[in-house]
Amino acid sequence: MEQTLSEKIFSKATGRDVYAGEFVEAKIDVAMIHDITGPLAVRTLYDITDRVQDPTKVILLFDHQVPADSIAAAINHMELRKFALKEGILNYDVQEGVCHQVMVEKGHVLPGELVIGADSHTCTYGAVGAFATGVGSTDMGVALATGMLWFRVPDTITFEVNGTLGRHVYAKDLILAIIGDVGADGATYKACEFSGEAIRTMEIPVRMTLCNMAVEMGGKTGIIAPDEKTKTFLEGRALGGDLTLCSDEGAKRTTRSYDATEIVPMVARPHRVDDVVPVTDVEGQHIDQVFIGSCTNGRYEDLKVAADLLKGESVARGVRMIIIPASRTEYQRALRTGLIDTFTEAGALVEAPCCGPCMGGSFGLLGPEEVGLSTSNRNFVGRQGSPSAAVYLCSPATAASSAIQGVITDPRQCQAMKEM
Amino acid sequence: MPRLNELIKGRAWKFNDDVDTDAIIPGKYLVLNSSEELAKHAFENVRPNFARQVAVGDIVVAGENFGCGSSREHAPLALRDAISVVIARSFARIFFRNAINTGLPVLECETMNISDGDLLQVDFEKAIVRNETTQETYAATPFPPFIRGIIEAGGLVNYVKQHM
Ligand code: SF4
Repeated sequence: MEQTLSEKIFSKATGRDVYAGEFVEAKIDVAMIHDITGPLAVRTLYDITDRVQDPTKVILLFDHQVPADSIAAAINHMELRKFALKEGILNYDVQEGVCHQVMVEKGHVLPGELVIGADSHTCTYGAVGAFATGVGSTDMGVALATGMLWFRVPDTITFEVNGTLGRHVYAKDLILAIIGDVGADGATYKACEFSGEAIRTMEIPVRMTLCNMAVEMGGKTGIIAPDEKTKTFLEGRALGGDLTLCSDEGAKRTTRSYDATEIVPMVARPHRVDDVVPVTDVEGQHIDQVFIGSCTNGRYEDLKVAADLLKGESVARGVRMIIIPASRTEYQRALRTGLIDTFTEAGALVEAPCCGPCMGGSFGLLGPEEVGLSTSNRNFVGRQGSPSAAVYLCSPATAASSAIQGVITDPRQCQAMKEM
Repeated sequence: MPRLNELIKGRAWKFNDDVDTDAIIPGKYLVLNSSEELAKHAFENVRPNFARQVAVGDIVVAGENFGCGSSREHAPLALRDAISVVIARSFARIFFRNAINTGLPVLECETMNISDGDLLQVDFEKAIVRNETTQETYAATPFPPFIRGIIEAGGLVNYVKQHM
């Protein structure tokens, strides 16, 4: 019987043909843990057994509270360091950056693999054609102990996007528009497969932005069938993986179609990821802080878009701008190409790779009643600081344009002013 | 985790749709790893009195998509000590898994007619919620057999130990 891309991956991981709705125990190819969810996972592991089943499949790194911002965070880091040493697990420690960026850029994820991460945005890795999903610490502990985990094979929604995105319109605007359309629980338990001409033209880093936010509509994963672009991206990073995988023509799934040409710059208004409107609806909204970074939009491509707008400009008086490259590699690229110069010239703060204000546990927090504009993925109450603060989510272009103007600004507008 | 043939009785704490994990336990407390410590900050930003006033056995009742957002297991842990069951019209995927795995019972059921403070009785075996305040009865979604197995084992860790 015909299968979706996700059903094929679960079939391989289970050793027999499985279909949506079935409960399976599947073999895990790769597992990622970080500083926040790691300690509980380790505790569960040792509750079950005394060692990691296959240490070569596990990657550990610290990104959420980096460098350690409290004694409690420092203790978590210490314990996990000890754990990695004892078990012989690869530990990137505080050095490399945000987990999801690091996992993909270092080639730890291959097309056709079943990957879990103790973090909800693990779905990002679907950009290279893996089935990757976020799990809790107990699930992770069990996977560390046994190399297996239970799943319900998900139904698939195919988001078919044709046409091309316009100037100053990006993958972030597209995914916000989709989430606004289906709602915060519109894809709960489902695999969100992105396909169509607009997706095919996107490079892997751009596809990562799309897959990253699948969980914001409840999705179990975001996934894109591998192609030539995937192959090119993986060259020099990793060997192997099945580059021929795709959903069969007749496989059972729901399809939703979008026309990329119609997408405009979008924002998600506080405090809902699915309260999405065109930027023009909130233009002129006062902002106190702009954050460019996170696993959604902290890559070189994102920084480049922001730098092109910020070149020769300065951050508006009264606005703070924080820019955090998603990884050391992206940071160095930005450094070598002069982007960091542009940012610091403009008056932005550039921080070392980490999650930063995205999770609200570390630095760069918003005070009471303040308004933040952020390229990250969540704007829940209290997510970036005070529970009375408000966060708008947008693309790096909208973030940079707004930082220059001091109020929320459509990047098309900003560019027009620059060209005048 | 209660046995499936046990009846649960408790007062309802009613919440809306899309209660996210940052609302259940704010990110700044994620360095805490024990349920007692986490419980002190449950719902702190959205219902500041919750942690102080909640009684053991109380029931959290919500609309759609309860527990959306992060994969933090700190969320079910923050509720587990006091709350006997979370009843919602629907749950976010990771929260649902985490709750089952860590021994916080969750039940899908229409909750529109349940109000804050209502006295509820839950029968897992029959998948029925009875509202003693309004004398109404609601049918809940029974657990699939696989999930039942995990619940009956007392959570995923025990389930795995039994099957290893
Ligand atoms: S950048 Fe934000 S969303 Fe991404 S892993 Fe870090 S805290 Fe989570």
